[in-house]
Amino acid sequence: MIPELGHFALIIAFAVAIVQSIVPLIGAARNQPALIAMARPAAMTQFLFVGLAYAALTHAFIVHDFSVLYVSNHSNLVQPLLYRISGVWGSHEGSLLLWALMLALWTIAVAVYSKNLPEILMARVLAVMGMVSTGFLAFMLFTSNPFERIFPVPLDGSELNPLLQDPGLAIHPPMLYMGYVGFSVAFAFAVAALLGGKLDATWARWSRPWTTIAWSFLTFGIALGSWWAYNELGWGGWWFWDPVENASFMPWLVGTALIHSLASTEKRGVFKSWTVLLAILAFSLSLLGTFIVRSGVLVSVHAFATDPERGVFILGFLIFAVGGSLALYAWRSAAVVSFGRFQWFSRETALLLNNIIFLTAATAVLVGTMYPLVVDAFGVGKISVGRPYFDTMFAYIAIPLLLLMGVGPAIRWKGDNWPRIAKTTSIFFVFSLVVGLLIPFIVEDKLNLATGLGLAGALWVALTTLKDLLSRMMRGLKLPLSYIGMIMAHFGVAVFVAGVTVVMTYHSEKDLRMEPGTSYNISGYEFLFQGTRTVQGPNYIAQEGVIEIWSEGEKTGELLPQKRTYTGKSEPMTDASIDITFTRDLYAALGEELENGAWSMRVYYKPLIRWIWLGCILMTIGGVLAVSDRRYRQSVKQTATKKVTATASL
Amino acid sequence: MNKRSRRKVLIFAIVFGVAIATVLGLTAFEENLLYFYSPTQVKAGDAPTTHSFRVGGLVVNGSVKRAPDSLKIEFDVTDNTESMTIEYTGILPDLFREGQGIVAMGSMQAGGKFVAQEVLAKHDENYMPPEVAAALEASGKSAKEAAEYTHQSTAK
Repeated sequence: MIPELGHFALIIAFAVAIVQSIVPLIGAARNQPALIAMARPAAMTQFLFVGLAYAALTHAFIVHDFSVLYVSNHSNLVQPLLYRISGVWGSHEGSLLLWALMLALWTIAVAVYSKNLPEILMARVLAVMGMVSTGFLAFMLFTSNPFERIFPVPLDGSELNPLLQDPGLAIHPPMLYMGYVGFSVAFAFAVAALLGGKLDATWARWSRPWTTIAWSFLTFGIALGSWWAYNELGWGGWWFWDPVENASFMPWLVGTALIHSLASTEKRGVFKSWTVLLAILAFSLSLLGTFIVRSGVLVSVHAFATDPERGVFILGFLIFAVGGSLALYAWRSAAVVSFGRFQWFSRETALLLNNIIFLTAATAVLVGTMYPLVVDAFGVGKISVGRPYFDTMFAYIAIPLLLLMGVGPAIRWKGDNWPRIAKTTSIFFVFSLVVGLLIPFIVEDKLNLATGLGLAGALWVALTTLKDLLSRMMRGLKLPLSYIGMIMAHFGVAVFVAGVTVVMTYHSEKDLRMEPGTSYNISGYEFLFQGTRTVQGPNYIAQEGVIEIWSEGEKTGELLPQKRTYTGKSEPMTDASIDITFTRDLYAALGEELENGAWSMRVYYKPLIRWIWLGCILMTIGGVLAVSDRRYRQSVKQTATKKVTATASL
Repeated sequence: MNKRSRRKVLIFAIVFGVAIATVLGLTAFEENLLYFYSPTQVKAGDAPTTHSFRVGGLVVNGSVKRAPDSLKIEFDVTDNTESMTIEYTGILPDLFREGQGIVAMGSMQAGGKFVAQEVLAKHDENYMPPEVAAALEASGKSAKEAAEYTHQSTAK
């Protein structure tokens, strides 16, 4: 009964979404307040019904309603409650429902928190979000209904993919989706502004906090995914340039460009149409990400099942959303004029360069991800793009990016003079370069240019960022939260780059064959294998290896990697064990049992790997701080009248 | 320099930078393209002898041989027409099983042996790597089986 109610709620939500996407637009076009006023209640109603549908599916998981096909495919009687709740988004249908719920959530957040928005603009924004929602709800109802029943009802369900039974992964998709879907707000603002033909600096101010918070979610979600892959897959890597990872990284890159471009547009009224284009691109790449992940078209270790009907639907939706908004852009953006003037050496130029670098990066990822698909589609052959391509590209891209980050925030708006910047930063430049190049020289007694440059870049960004903060404090300038957020995010990039550089150069990885009682030395740590024992988990049986870690004659830790066999699954799962400190990880994963109690195993030494995720967390916090800035909560009308530098209307 | 020529310098610098990025990018791209070959194509001599490439198929039942004192493993993969031997040293993925589809990345060594640097098995029990399914289909003997594999619905 409850699943039927859920299905019914979904149908009502779909109907409401259609109303939400059409009626307010008609109202806005004809200036009929009654129709315009429909937008908010429609958004609320839609949220209510999507929420009900979501609750119904969660309920089915919690009470083990195996008559629902999706529930019986992705949960069973012994599955812990946490993984039954997260099982809702463990696969295709449910994750679409989560996506729709997130979209409804963002929509009412806009309706509630943007009270100062002019009613017409609000109506248009909510209508655009309603259109996106209509697409997703239709997709669910017509191709991927999560409430589909199964008869006869199985007594027990099958196991949720054991790889997904990890707390990190339980919250990874919701975070990622919050980010993906969050870009729909900036997209809706951009399309609404194009529809209204009114694109001024207030538009940037309104969409800026939404973009930043979506970006924070996305940053955190991607970091969680990386952390999960490191913990759970037993490969010890933190990023694989897998198409599914790239799918989330592309919107992040364009979203980062968008955040910086919005700063220019808000503060100085420049790059307006460019910013609109970025907002469209960021969300289009989010949709493309869904297409890539959900249609199973890619050659990927994550590879999903293929279902042509779904693929065609997503593709159609993608063409409608991306094509439609780009056509609108082409039609309307000519009317947008940027009046702000700036000299070539100015903050505006620095931010423009930032945008060029980030778009180059996004293009590099796009080409590497989509080219194999295109080649395959034309039937020319099956190819894939190797990891070194991406690594090389990002090494090149990092150089100008890090250089720019060191000076960008110090350059003044409108125009600055180079000697002033050079005077304050050149000492840091020389210092970072010397120290950065010296570190690998001391550690390995030889010049290692790539590592040296990476460390120099990290140092340069960290020092110049702190210097900017200190000099502002000493001059007694105000330190608004948005500024603190920027400092923290930039510092996070420095931490991230240091982590990546060190772990890529100085890690050791070894696949070993070990008999009980033998030991192996890796980077000064002795791994002593004591044998294995059998451990019973809630829904699995595991062989657990006991590995003692000895360092300088003392036992400093113990690693307990497991090989788990889940009930209902024939194939074992590797559960790695990691000894964590701030400066290094020691990592062990069991391979297979060989004869005489010997095991094949994988042991790693990963210096500074924690800094990679620490850097991402700093970036996330930076984003959250920036959004908390008071000026976004001031009466927008009040500041808007002061700040408007240019308007262009049809 | 006056304003106009400065702007020209800026635009020139950007265009130049993007051009360099494109050249570097395409070079890196070209060098890292990995082509996929089926065992039949490898046997026919279509696969490169100097570059790395990917090969895939079903692991032949009973073909997995393990060295007694190292992690060296040899196994055969087949597209049901031809089969070839792959050598790998290290730990195989959890889902590596006889009779199931895998993809290996590596290169041909002297003596016609394929040495893999990486072996990928599917992420999930019901899933078959798409290239393997296509290779089986091309060999014609197992098209139905391959199609069944790829169309089963799976979790992430």
